[in-house]
Amino acid sequence: MSAAVSAIRQPLITGNKTYHDITEDICGPTERTPSKAWMIAFIVSVAALSLYVFSVTWTIWKGIGSWHLNRTINWGWDITNFVWWVGIGHAGTLISAILLLFRQRWRTGVNRAAEAMTIFAVMCAGQFPLIHMGRLWLGFFIFPYPNTRGPLWVNFNSPLLWDVFAISTYLTVSLLFWYTGLVPDFATLRDRSKGLRKKVYNIFSFGWTGSAKHWQRFESLSLILAGLATPLVLSVHTIVSFDFATSVIPGWHTTIFPPYFVAGAVFSGFAMVQTLMVITRKVLHLEDYITLEHIDSMNKVILVTGTVVGVAYLTELFIAWYSGYIYEQFAFYNRVMGPYFWSYIGMMSCNVLSPQLFWSKKMRTSIYWTFVMSIFVNIGMWFERFVIIASTLSRDYLPSSWSYYSASWVEVCIFIGTLGLFFTLYLTFTRVAPVVAVAEVKSILKQAGDQYSGPEVARKQAAEKAHAGH
Amino acid sequence: MKTSNKEVLFGLYDDEADLLHAVHQAKADHLDIMDVFTPFPVHGLDEALHLSESRIHIAGFIYGAIGALFGFLSMTWIFTRDWPIIFGGKPYWSVPAFIPITFELTVLFAAVGMVISYFTVNGQGPGVTNPVLHDRITDDKFCIAFDVTESADEEIGKLKAFFAASGASEVNSKQL
Repeated sequence: MSAAVSAIRQPLITGNKTYHDITEDICGPTERTPSKAWMIAFIVSVAALSLYVFSVTWTIWKGIGSWHLNRTINWGWDITNFVWWVGIGHAGTLISAILLLFRQRWRTGVNRAAEAMTIFAVMCAGQFPLIHMGRLWLGFFIFPYPNTRGPLWVNFNSPLLWDVFAISTYLTVSLLFWYTGLVPDFATLRDRSKGLRKKVYNIFSFGWTGSAKHWQRFESLSLILAGLATPLVLSVHTIVSFDFATSVIPGWHTTIFPPYFVAGAVFSGFAMVQTLMVITRKVLHLEDYITLEHIDSMNKVILVTGTVVGVAYLTELFIAWYSGYIYEQFAFYNRVMGPYFWSYIGMMSCNVLSPQLFWSKKMRTSIYWTFVMSIFVNIGMWFERFVIIASTLSRDYLPSSWSYYSASWVEVCIFIGTLGLFFTLYLTFTRVAPVVAVAEVKSILKQAGDQYSGPEVARKQAAEKAHAGH
Repeated sequence: MKTSNKEVLFGLYDDEADLLHAVHQAKADHLDIMDVFTPFPVHGLDEALHLSESRIHIAGFIYGAIGALFGFLSMTWIFTRDWPIIFGGKPYWSVPAFIPITFELTVLFAAVGMVISYFTVNGQGPGVTNPVLHDRITDDKFCIAFDVTESADEEIGKLKAFFAASGASEVNSKQL
């Protein structure tokens, strides 16, 4: 009964689990008191979150002048962080939607946590454009609504407005996709609990019973939401890249930006998934569900997207030289050799060189190296955005307005603060919801787990059907 | 599933293969299954129960089309009728620039509409409590339920015999 699926595919669930074991293993951590490691992590995250509240209050109170932006460099850490966080979000949708369409069953082990990461990362991303507005309380002006000022509308031709629609749609759709998947698992938690806990999960589980018709609709809905989320996720980072590509700034005005940004987004997102998964599987003892096979698969994605990004960097340099346009050539010369050369080196070494280690299977299946590399990639992708934004703006057409920029303490604190926001949300999530999609993992147990019952069961069912037909 | 004074007889199975086997047998015996409850989607169950295909994708298409039309026509009206402004010497009706927002609204309307429809037709929502036949159905038990409110004793006996023959690990009845 428990023969491996095939000689080349490792089982996706190990440990000879029954359905009940899966429920216990995944729901258990939400029912026990948190571990010491969790408590310490939570306290640190909340401390960082309070730093965020403080530094944002400071910014709003004193004005954007408390940042070190100037007339030449009017986008700095804020938009760098925005693009970085949006990019991180993309891996969650890729895992949950694109891998669903491609029928990659290994996604079931990691999709729940990755989708949670997407939502939290997009929430962090959204903070930066909002704070950068300065007058936060007038933030609703970015939405077109009939108003008493004319009505005066927003500019629908502006990529910045497209961004408003893209990011808010992305957040909404990701949240709906995630929550509809959570409902059956909340019902599992509900049916295991008593008292107040049962009442709370009763509200969140929406009265789920597990009826066959409901499961049928559930699967249909998941498939179509995945089909919608796939072009959506590609459109979101494409539109983020339009913020730059549709401008007339040398170094930004390039047609390579959309695919290059999307590849970079998937790259950085998978790195963040690895950072979180390596810790989560260890702390919550989920090694049987998030196996080395999962880590290996994700490292392969990192290797591919990292190499795509590397090719994009080289293509940019070549096209700048080949264009024969001195302003474009200078923009790239300045990136590599200018005052921000250190960030270009950081970007190239972390994003292009370091993932090449993953050609080795030994590296891909090493937990230690996976964690180290995921941190490298996160840093490298932050540098990429900084290179594109700050180093390009620092040397514009007029040498008289050339300038240099380094972040003020307020900007640094806001960035650290969003990390606090992200980890506070993620840690809370690991306490209140199953971090692995319970129902989905159960549904693949006998198809791709170590209890594969494959052809025998299929044959048995076929016999049954024939029998029923008589 | 509506709350009413229903008497339900249900049997629990330990494995999806046993459940599928039992469902096929019940259909062959012309037993009137009220509902089947499982902890996860079981493949082949839809066909076994002769469930018609979900029409949620049709609803999704309609919502998406509404979103696309709403987005595109609003922008058209605003920029050609309500308050025309020239941006960068481009025409008022600059269709390519409207595509990103039209696309986003298509996805937004389709997703939100489908999710609302899904929970509505399922009879689910925040705070809704539907009767649960057994606490382990959302864990590891597979359940077939029969409505026996108006059944005679001999019919109930027949159903119990069916459960025993098809290998149910537990048979119980519950008032809903």
